[in-house]
Amino acid sequence: MSWLEKIVPSVIRTERRAGASKVPEGVWKKCVKCDAMLYRPELERNLDVCPKCDHHMRIGARRRLDIFLDEDGREELATDVVPVDRLKFKDVKKYKDRLTQAQKATGEKDALIAMRGTLEGKPLVAVAFEFAFHGGSMGYVVGERFTRAARLALEERIPLVCFSATGGARMQEALISLMQMAKTSAVLEKMKMAGVPYISVMTDPVYGGVSASLALLGDINAAEPGARAGFAGPNIIEQTIRQKLPKGFQRSEFLLEHGAIDMIIHRKEMRATIARLLGKLTEAESKASDSALGI
Amino acid sequence: MNFNFLEFEQPIAELESKIKELQHVGDDVDLNIADEVARLREKSRSLTESIYSNLTPWQVVQVARHPQRPYSKDYIERIFTDWDELHGDRHFGDDKAIISGIARLNGKPVAVIGEEKGRSVNEKVARNFGMPKPEGYRKALRIMQMAERFKLPVLTLIDTPGAYPGIDSEERGISEAIAQNLAVMSRLRTPIICTVIGEGSSGGALAIGVGDQLNMLQYSTYFVISPEGCANIIWKTVEKAPLAAEAMGVTSSVLEELGIVDETIPEPLGGAHRDPDAMAARLKERLGDQLERLTSTPIDELLEKRYQRLMSYGNIAS
Repeated sequence: MSWLEKIVPSVIRTERRAGASKVPEGVWKKCVKCDAMLYRPELERNLDVCPKCDHHMRIGARRRLDIFLDEDGREELATDVVPVDRLKFKDVKKYKDRLTQAQKATGEKDALIAMRGTLEGKPLVAVAFEFAFHGGSMGYVVGERFTRAARLALEERIPLVCFSATGGARMQEALISLMQMAKTSAVLEKMKMAGVPYISVMTDPVYGGVSASLALLGDINAAEPGARAGFAGPNIIEQTIRQKLPKGFQRSEFLLEHGAIDMIIHRKEMRATIARLLGKLTEAESKASDSALGI
Repeated sequence: MNFNFLEFEQPIAELESKIKELQHVGDDVDLNIADEVARLREKSRSLTESIYSNLTPWQVVQVARHPQRPYSKDYIERIFTDWDELHGDRHFGDDKAIISGIARLNGKPVAVIGEEKGRSVNEKVARNFGMPKPEGYRKALRIMQMAERFKLPVLTLIDTPGAYPGIDSEERGISEAIAQNLAVMSRLRTPIICTVIGEGSSGGALAIGVGDQLNMLQYSTYFVISPEGCANIIWKTVEKAPLAAEAMGVTSSVLEELGIVDETIPEPLGGAHRDPDAMAARLKERLGDQLERLTSTPIDELLEKRYQRLMSYGNIAS
């Protein structure tokens, strides 16, 4: 098991069970939840939601934004922000080498992609975490790209939507990572004061420093069905309290029950739901600007 | 082994016990041993000096967690006058892992918020070993917002092994409580000075750690994950915590270089616990100076500076 898989709480980990890896790569994919054999093209048409059990599979950041934004008029933001190993962090491997490895494996420079685009014709900024990159962990690049995306949204007074999927702060950037929590929270507070909407959608999983900052600061907080989100990972909590955790602990349904999120949004309903929400939140302002323009 | 001393301090402990023995003998026998005691004292002092001038990051972590290290309560008693503790988050309860209240510093009213580990076993349990739950952070937020209304500067003292990882913490929204503090502290219209006095562990520390000035006591520590936690993930054993402490740069010198910490406040020889009064006096003096500077800055300028500094975290130029 790589260290990256290690940082993900055990309950979240999709461990390969003995004998379960006999599925031929390519056309077929096995649902990790119900074990159904799924035909890939069909699964993709279904937005990587299992047609049998409705399990929302993890998807990459690019695909996430691809299925969310309108096709036209997309522009990727803050691509010039790339990782630097400020601490020359070295454990059994150099952080620099881990970064190179993650970049090769994912084709991304770091764990967050930001884009401006439109949703049902209305302009907005959307960001998505790439969980396959270093467990979607937040270091300088994630914090900075998020912040730049938010500042653009603030300047242009257009909504910001974030899809998070992360293990938390990136320990190889130590306190620089921790400070990204303060930084992203500060820019979101500016948006809040200015009345520019921010919707946070948590997708499986969201933990640690990201959960304790940008993921729970939405005007509207939402989650995909069955997503796991919390501050401390289940294994840490179990070690601390020496008890088994209740079933469904830290799942979206638990978060809804305990008042942490406003709603659970099915992946197929994502575009329509967020467009509907934003339509209402931005109506007063767009009417005011229309009348100012004499429309 | 003398438990008042850390492992790497044992040579000092031996000298100190020799001095005690000699003094004891001195009481009984009519011998002039004052010279010898003085000689040993000087030796102990220089030994302490040499050990403490070369602490590894892991040793600093141990000093920061020393069971005799002064806690928030110890500083509050020594630094402020007119202390009134204020309790409760108004929603759920009163979290004793965070002490909050209003007091006077050099005669001027201030709000004080400190994480408190607790000294005796009973107190440690009551204070949950300094691990706040959501209601602790919400109490802190409530006090900070009150401070804003009445133009009281906010002084925070950071000392926690982390926000509490438990079922109840999660149920009541520990993530949201921390996030909310980060957001509100970034724009609170009153000066905020944060000081890490012992252990600054991750989000649980940052949740009262956003402000205009960040101080660290010389042998305090501040990290995104505990060295043990980091070692457990990378090396799969807590035994490697010293390596993790080294790699993460958990001391004030590294964090000052990164532009995250503004000032390191020197500790008495051998650490704050060797002389809490001297440490408190020094901290009081620094807080007083900093407060004077911050309160004389126009508030809008102060907030803009605070915001720009938050935005700059991690930038190469900073």
